[in-house]
Amino acid sequence: MVIGLAHYLTLAAILFTIGVAGIILNHKNIIVILMSVELILLAVNINLVAFSTQSGDLTGQVFALLILTVAAAEAAIGLAVLVAYYRNRGSIAVDDINALKG
Amino acid sequence: MQAQAVFFWIFAAALVASALAVVSARNPVHSVLFLILAFVDAAGLFLLMGAEFLGMILVVVYVGAVAVLFLFVVMLLDVDFAELKQGFVRYLPIGAVIALFVAGELGYVAVTWNGSPTPAAAAAPTGSLTNTAALGRVLYTHYFYFFQAAGMILLTAMIGAIVLTLRHKPGVKRQNIAAQVARTPATGVELRKVPSRAGL
Repeated sequence: MVIGLAHYLTLAAILFTIGVAGIILNHKNIIVILMSVELILLAVNINLVAFSTQSGDLTGQVFALLILTVAAAEAAIGLAVLVAYYRNRGSIAVDDINALKG
Repeated sequence: MQAQAVFFWIFAAALVASALAVVSARNPVHSVLFLILAFVDAAGLFLLMGAEFLGMILVVVYVGAVAVLFLFVVMLLDVDFAELKQGFVRYLPIGAVIALFVAGELGYVAVTWNGSPTPAAAAAPTGSLTNTAALGRVLYTHYFYFFQAAGMILLTAMIGAIVLTLRHKPGVKRQNIAAQVARTPATGVELRKVPSRAGL
């Protein structure tokens, strides 16, 4: 059985779906939400690299590299905000983050 | 080709299983560890696809930096994670519905999409170059501004993380370089005439 583009795209779709479901299921725990976002970005990367290698065009891999950069920056900033918030409030429950009364 | 299929199924099954474990683990430390496993599996898939450089970068950046950062934060914060896990079962139907919705949309795109990727005209001539060399060739020439922008994003993230988490504890002695440099012999030295048998 030859592994082709469709296999990778299906895998990425499953991973993306798991990530989206993870955000809903762990709606109280912001750390797991961030991890689910990382899963979603990983799924997008798999898509880009699959298309890139399938079509012989390196553009997809360059963009996957940029997504990797943004994901790393997002994780660093997000966790720094989390640590700062925990110092001020002593809690990171998403339900308690309501200072803006939104 | 057969070995490639075997490894694809191994990595794919492990990736899906560890992704499920990330979102459903009771303990966030286990979640992070399964996230690391998912990244390693994805790196294996990248290697199978022929994107060696991205596979290695995934191991270095995600496993080595991002996942460890998550691990630090999970262990640093003294949070009752069991309390945060409440509502998991109650939201399971909603999560399942939304997951089915997303999966349905993706499936619809897959079924109705009938184009196949064709090599783009601007594709770099890879030839006998390794994946890393070919990627470097396009990244430092054609996508140079994107590369610079990525660097700026990382710089911003670094400065932002430092500014957000740096805190000066009161009562800690620090070196004040400006005050040190501004000292003159007049302000730094005090001459006293000590009288005999009197002391100061």
